[in-house]
Amino acid sequence: MTVAPVPVPEVIPATPPPALAIRGVRASYGRIEVLHGVDLTVPAGSVFALLGPNGAGKSTLLSVISGQMRPTAGEVVIGDKPVGKLSTEKLARTGLCSIPEGRGIFPNLTVRENLRIWTYRGGLSVKAVEEQTYATFPRLAGRRGQLAGTMSGGEQQMLAISRALVTDPKVLLLDELSMGLAPLIVSELYELVETLAAQGKTVLLVEQFVTTALLVATGAAIMVHGKIQQQGTPSDMATAAHSVYLSS
Amino acid sequence: MTSFLQYTIFGIILGAGFAIAATGLVVTYTTAGVFNFAHGAVGMIAAFSYWELVANHHVPAVLALVIILLVGAPIAGALVERVLMRRLHGATAERPIMVTLGLLVILTGVATIVWSPKSQYQLNPIVSGSFRLVSINLQYQQVLTIGIAVALVIGLRFLFSSTRTGVGLRAVVDDPALLAMSGASPDAMSQYGWILGFVMAALAGVLLALTQEQTGISIVAMTLLVVNGYAAAIVGRLKNISVTFIAAIVIGLLEDYIIYYALPHLSQSLNSDITLALPMVFLFIALVMLPSVRLRAVGRLSTVRVPRMPSGKESVLGGAAFLVLAVIASVVLSSVVVRGTNLLNLGGEVMALGIVGLSLVLLTGYSGQVSLCQFSFMGIGAFLMGKVAGGGSLLGLLAAALVCAVLGALVALPTLRLRALYFALATFAFADAVDQGFFQDSRVFGGGINVGRIILPGLSFGGDRSEFLLLSVFFVLVALLVLTIRRSLFGRRLVAMSDSPAAYATVGLNLAATKVAVFAIAAAMAGVAGGLYATVNGTVGSADFGFFSGIIFVLFVTVWSIRTVSGAFLAAVTYVVLTTFWSTGLGLVAGAGIILIGRAASGILGIDRLSTLLPLPWVRRGSAAGGSGTLAGIGTTSIGGEARVAG
Repeated sequence: MTVAPVPVPEVIPATPPPALAIRGVRASYGRIEVLHGVDLTVPAGSVFALLGPNGAGKSTLLSVISGQMRPTAGEVVIGDKPVGKLSTEKLARTGLCSIPEGRGIFPNLTVRENLRIWTYRGGLSVKAVEEQTYATFPRLAGRRGQLAGTMSGGEQQMLAISRALVTDPKVLLLDELSMGLAPLIVSELYELVETLAAQGKTVLLVEQFVTTALLVATGAAIMVHGKIQQQGTPSDMATAAHSVYLSS
Repeated sequence: MTSFLQYTIFGIILGAGFAIAATGLVVTYTTAGVFNFAHGAVGMIAAFSYWELVANHHVPAVLALVIILLVGAPIAGALVERVLMRRLHGATAERPIMVTLGLLVILTGVATIVWSPKSQYQLNPIVSGSFRLVSINLQYQQVLTIGIAVALVIGLRFLFSSTRTGVGLRAVVDDPALLAMSGASPDAMSQYGWILGFVMAALAGVLLALTQEQTGISIVAMTLLVVNGYAAAIVGRLKNISVTFIAAIVIGLLEDYIIYYALPHLSQSLNSDITLALPMVFLFIALVMLPSVRLRAVGRLSTVRVPRMPSGKESVLGGAAFLVLAVIASVVLSSVVVRGTNLLNLGGEVMALGIVGLSLVLLTGYSGQVSLCQFSFMGIGAFLMGKVAGGGSLLGLLAAALVCAVLGALVALPTLRLRALYFALATFAFADAVDQGFFQDSRVFGGGINVGRIILPGLSFGGDRSEFLLLSVFFVLVALLVLTIRRSLFGRRLVAMSDSPAAYATVGLNLAATKVAVFAIAAAMAGVAGGLYATVNGTVGSADFGFFSGIIFVLFVTVWSIRTVSGAFLAAVTYVVLTTFWSTGLGLVAGAGIILIGRAASGILGIDRLSTLLPLPWVRRGSAAGGSGTLAGIGTTSIGGEARVAG
């Protein structure tokens, strides 16, 4: 008598749910549709770079994710919760930190007053926020009483990203972090991005400068004409980006 | 020496009242980014409500204050923010100016209906009694006013610099979208700001009303009393509360010294004119002393749906058709009298006011300069028409055009470097100063001046019909002129200047010259309109060119369409019909109209969607997929129109 071998169940490694999932998102300005069904999954704890030429719809997608713009179709899921109907401020309080391109600070408030605004995230004291920010960016300590809009571009971006540092977000959206900044400042800021990712935060980077973003990314996608055209590893996307940029 | 000390103390008391009014304006501007032209009217309503409760219903003064300051004003402020102001995110710069002016005329209109201007409204001080300080008798009420002013300044400084809510209130003006991304609700913050502004306005209104113990309170005086604070708020650049407070005290002192030391040396009538015009003179000086605005190349882009420009041929054909209709109307309306009013004469008034409307189309519609003083030029034109060459002469019209053009240039010159809001304020100050200091002077219009009908060699326009037709011809000619200007290189320059002053200057065009030129042309047009208006009824008086009437007319033009000839004409029809048959409702209709129009910069004639017209919260705007996209300034698209820099 032969005994049939007992089939051994295949071990499927448990994959954590994605930190951010975008499913079939469409969005329009008036009658003009600019996102034509975007699907994107960002794994938890990753630094994901969203690349694409000007006018691809990257910033619009970030506006949809951060609740500033309602999609006309599709859904945005953070963790396991659909968040498409939450307001921007509620999303911020539930752990989404969005730093928009070129205007992540209040220019007519002082550095200290900007930091005071970061405490709206809840459970934060002004003192703790100031201490943590100044410890990471000592240059800001000397500027605490200065109007934020009068600082250099790099210092302004440091102040902007300090919100991500002190509010402990689950998902961080960064729009064109390197825009108009000196290379040294850019590498300093990206080091911080890597540190944040190492702490388990999920980062979605929107960048036009491919090499800058792919240096720190663990995954990437290329967006063209309101759709995700390709998605893969940073090295695959580095190759693909050349043809996309040259053809667009 | 005692008298100097006395005047100084009284000046400080006066300044403290101004300071309360001025800090309220600064609070609204700081927290909402809007200069609330209705600030005085809110204070006036609060003062009359206080009179209603205390004097009429015998409610204890403290309870009345609690009801007004902690219940009425906050509810009103929250409602105004929710229903009117929230819709203005991303609108062009002149929208908040027009909407708050609309609120101003609505509130004064309602007050006129509720509290008859013929009655007396006397108030007693909240705290009675007095004491002597260095041989000067001081009332406790006066000390209370100073104490409240000082406490407010300290309290507001603390709020805005040392509390998260205060910093949030300032942040919402800077970038509401970013504030939302930081976890605070920009809508709630804006609403807190308006609530605070309304409470401050109500407090100022009640306290200033209590200083009118001897004369009693009146609707117009109470509304304009707060204007005393405007100059101080401007010195504080609408954001610095401490500087505003100091400026208010200095202005209070200056006003007191001028009244007690300088004016007694002048004739009595001049003395009274200057006293009335002083607040506006201070405001004008404060505006002139402001540093030049920096041209900004970036700003929030908002779109304006611009009506199609008719070609030259279409304009001429349209003008001819209008004249044919005018001839038919002159036959149909001939000798028709409704409620004692000759309709042909009303038609003549419409044509004259239509020309004032056309001046606004040129100035505000095309070149983006908000002017609130076109009625001043109109009044000056009417005055000159009556005085030059015995009245009813073409020389009078010529004089009206020339003098008003020069005056217009003189008003524009010191203020043209200011941005839209300050420019509008300067014209506001000029309009009130001309009304109070010139038109109201008994030596100017007196009981009314007689102006004959125009006589040309061989032609008499003595009959109502010929007069109506003459004015119709003038209207058509000026309309053709305005349209020709718009189609010309100069017209394209005006639109370019309005779209982006920075871009205009950087391509090498002369911003100042263009602004002065267009202001002078518009002033000349208003002057001619005034001259023609004066010939219609044979007599004109100061009431025809009142300060509030001028504002109401601007609102009507805006409601219909400040960018079209039709808008100017329909505004004139509305204004003349309402003035004649329902003058009580004039302000109410204008205010309600501007509020209904909301952010639709193109007026009724440019509306293509019901959602633009209705201010109801559940009627969503169409942009950015009906969401809050405008918060980020990204919900605006160019739909067959012009993109222009707002703010």
